[in-house]
Amino acid sequence: MTPPSSASLIAARVPIAPGPDAASTSMSAAGAATVPVSPSDVPSAAVNDAARPRRVLPERAQAILLGIAFPIALVILWHELVVLTGTPLIPTPHQVALMMYDFAFGGIHDDAFSGTILTHLAASMARVYGGFALAIVVGVPLGLLIGKVKVIRRLLDPTLSLLRPIPVTAWLPLSMIFFGLGPRSAVFLVFLGAFYPVVLNTIFGVRSVDSKLFEAAAMLGCDGSRMFRQVVLPAATPSIFNGLRLAHGFAWILIVVGEMTGVPTGLGSVIMDGRNLSRTDLVITGMIVIGVAGFATDRIIVAISNRVLRWSPQHHG
Amino acid sequence: MDNAAPSRRPFLAVRDLNKTFQIGTEQVEALREVNLVIDKGEFVCLIGASGCGKSTLLRIIAGFEPPTSGHVDIYDHPVTGPGSDRGMVFQDYALFPWLTVRENIAFGPRQKGLAASKVGEIADEYVQMVGLSPFADRFPSQLSGGMKQRVAIARVLANDANILLMDEPFGALDALTREQLQDELLQIWSRTGVTVIFVTHSVEEATLLADRVVVMTAGPGRIETDIAISLERPRDVSSPGFNDVRRTLTQRLTSHLKRRPLKTAA
Ligand SMILES: Nc1ncnc2c1ncn2[C@@H]1O[C@H](COP(=O)(O)OP(=O)(O)OP(=O)(O)O)[C@@H](O)[C@H]1O
Ligand SMILES: [Mg+2]
Repeated sequence: MTPPSSASLIAARVPIAPGPDAASTSMSAAGAATVPVSPSDVPSAAVNDAARPRRVLPERAQAILLGIAFPIALVILWHELVVLTGTPLIPTPHQVALMMYDFAFGGIHDDAFSGTILTHLAASMARVYGGFALAIVVGVPLGLLIGKVKVIRRLLDPTLSLLRPIPVTAWLPLSMIFFGLGPRSAVFLVFLGAFYPVVLNTIFGVRSVDSKLFEAAAMLGCDGSRMFRQVVLPAATPSIFNGLRLAHGFAWILIVVGEMTGVPTGLGSVIMDGRNLSRTDLVITGMIVIGVAGFATDRIIVAISNRVLRWSPQHHG
Repeated sequence: MDNAAPSRRPFLAVRDLNKTFQIGTEQVEALREVNLVIDKGEFVCLIGASGCGKSTLLRIIAGFEPPTSGHVDIYDHPVTGPGSDRGMVFQDYALFPWLTVRENIAFGPRQKGLAASKVGEIADEYVQMVGLSPFADRFPSQLSGGMKQRVAIARVLANDANILLMDEPFGALDALTREQLQDELLQIWSRTGVTVIFVTHSVEEATLLADRVVVMTAGPGRIETDIAISLERPRDVSSPGFNDVRRTLTQRLTSHLKRRPLKTAA
């Protein structure tokens, strides 16, 4: 079987041997700071670590600055367009900001949504991470098995390929029959959405281990289940983490769909309520909270993955 | 056979080795009737045109690849798969990227189920042997090519390999680093008494390193000649003797290259 196509999109992981360029570019700063030696004379390995923070800081500042500048420009554009067109359908950023404040602390509108952000956020997070955790618990072991055991691959691969193109939203009616109206349905949908990236990337990770590593391990006396634990599993982790990050993003995307199934709490239900009440400021507030929560938790996943995969040069993004 | 004196038993013997690869419906004959006997502690270089089966021969000796017919024996015991007596040093290193230098070197000893303290001791010894103590806790992606190849060499030595199989190990390195590693390899070789089978494209490298140079020819891969080099060690690359040997070797290599077009035309 060829590796699943969705996996190859994100797992551009090639076993390359990076040259010393990373070290030599960061060297010039240290060379200037220490002694008047031409940078090329400095042994790269020794100076490399000392030089890193000096160059990285302005780089980071620039990245953050640019990253913030664009959404600010968008907000200004939004404001101007609403004012210019005079539409009553779209609130101005200022109105949304008031709504956001009220949603968080209350005291402005003092309605059913005032000061309820934590309730809804907690409810949504419980479902997102319930479904996500379920997808990991089922998807990773299943992916390892499918990747490693031919019989299981032949047994399950066609079925998985058949079910995969079905959009998660198409499962909504069935899921409501299976699990009724309520949070369990939401968790199920999140699980479905998160499951495929996890399982496919795990399979891809297992199947694309460099065969030289197996040979190297075999000649060093490693075999059988030890080979699995000591070679297959660590070699597949970058790909598995790619899958986890993707799945985590899908989980947040799907929570809105999941909470359309008639649950009383959750950010998805807030958005649905806003729509039914024609309160676009509430809809946008819900969208922003989901965006920020998804972004913040994604950074946590990236931080964990950078920690676990600190050996992998591809994983410092 | 059984009552033959132990000293008469060849250390490593390649007997009537043939290897044919099947690519779809096409058959590629990579090796034909290869015979080779190597003594314990010898430093043998394999040299020959690209595609003449050097890597294939090495991989069969390593046990990574089964021969189509014939066999490889070590003290009369046929090789059936990879074993810790034979350590391959790959051109592209094949280090475990998730393990540090020390952990890579400790990989073999760890498989033997030794106590953790003993494993650490062995690892440290070999880290030091290849001069990588300051880099022991780095990951392979943080090392230069030369350092990586040192780790690869230490990794098989720490595993008690007594045959080093090296497939163009220094091919990807710059000239300076290569010279340094050649020098270190020779030191390790004379200190530990390992047997080395070393594939190279460089006549100069073969002349510098080898006790014996085995010249192979392509289409299908066979052994053309087997030349002993009796130059005294350490060898001086600028000496007339060194140049004589190098010239002879080059002639052997190019003579078959010139002959080849005639063969294929026939
Ligand atoms: N796994 C394989 N499948 C099919 N053919 C192979 C395989 N490995 C090697 N060959 C073929 O066997 C022949 C010998 O290849 P080999 O890699 O041993 O040559 P080589 O002497 O090491 O060449 P080079 O100097 O370029 O490394 C080539 O024709 C090659 O195409
Ligand atoms: Mg080769």
